[in-house]
Amino acid sequence: MTFELFVFYVFAAILVFAATMVITRKNPVHSALFLVLAFFTSAGIWLLAEAEFLAIVLVLVYVGAVMVLFLFVVMMLDIDIATMRAGFVKNLPLAILIAVAMLVEIFLVVGSGNFGLDQFAAPSPLPSDYNNTASLGSVLYTEYMYPFEIAAVILLVAIIAAIGLTMRKRPETKYQDPSKQVRVKKGDDRISVLKMDAED
Amino acid sequence: MLALTDFLMLGAILFSLSVAGIFLNRKNVIILLMCIELMLLAVNINFVAFSHYHGDAVGQVFVFFILTVAAAEAAIGLAILVVLFRNRRTINVEDLDALKG
Repeated sequence: MTFELFVFYVFAAILVFAATMVITRKNPVHSALFLVLAFFTSAGIWLLAEAEFLAIVLVLVYVGAVMVLFLFVVMMLDIDIATMRAGFVKNLPLAILIAVAMLVEIFLVVGSGNFGLDQFAAPSPLPSDYNNTASLGSVLYTEYMYPFEIAAVILLVAIIAAIGLTMRKRPETKYQDPSKQVRVKKGDDRISVLKMDAED
Repeated sequence: MLALTDFLMLGAILFSLSVAGIFLNRKNVIILLMCIELMLLAVNINFVAFSHYHGDAVGQVFVFFILTVAAAEAAIGLAILVVLFRNRRTINVEDLDALKG
């Protein structure tokens, strides 16, 4: 067994363990943290497949942004874990049955008989001056320029949608209006004279 | 040597686990969203492996787009979740029956 294969199996075992923990933990915070572990481990597996740029992007975007968003939302919501867990045991046999059936079906297709080393030989190692980011960019910014711009628009739409969904007007909060402040005029806007009876 | 089938089987195991997770946590929308993220990760592993063994960077470009869409989906899904919790005080899927579908 080569060192590469050993590293792959260790990472795969950690990944499967983390995924199992994500779907079985009671506390959603633990699930989110195990999902972080899963993303981190698969970034390592992508490094083995010589996709360095995507591995870094996975850590930066997923672990750095998406999972922090998940944790933020999980901790912000006040969830009753007990009612959420109802039906866990009841659904367990069905879940295992369907998962195993799917797994066997996919294994029949992607097993070593169809996708083994005989059919797809391991690619020769890339030269040391090969730049994954540069080669990805040369494809992304030429051939896939249009989809790339659509992806940018999708992100913009997501930003606007997320803000638009969660923003709310709260009439009870007091705040300053800079526009009104700069439009104030001399006289009645600044000072108001009250007439009142003199006290004895 | 590391074969293509190793990557594909890992992706298959991850995908099946997340399908099982969707069945197990049918009530908790947050865990459902996490399972969808795991599914996308499994698909991305397949794309990266095929790209590596095919010697073509286009598969990695596709993973790039999937990551974009997944990030957008997570952001909007969590925003909907926050609004839902603010209005209904619950994120239990079975309580969300206002549409009577």
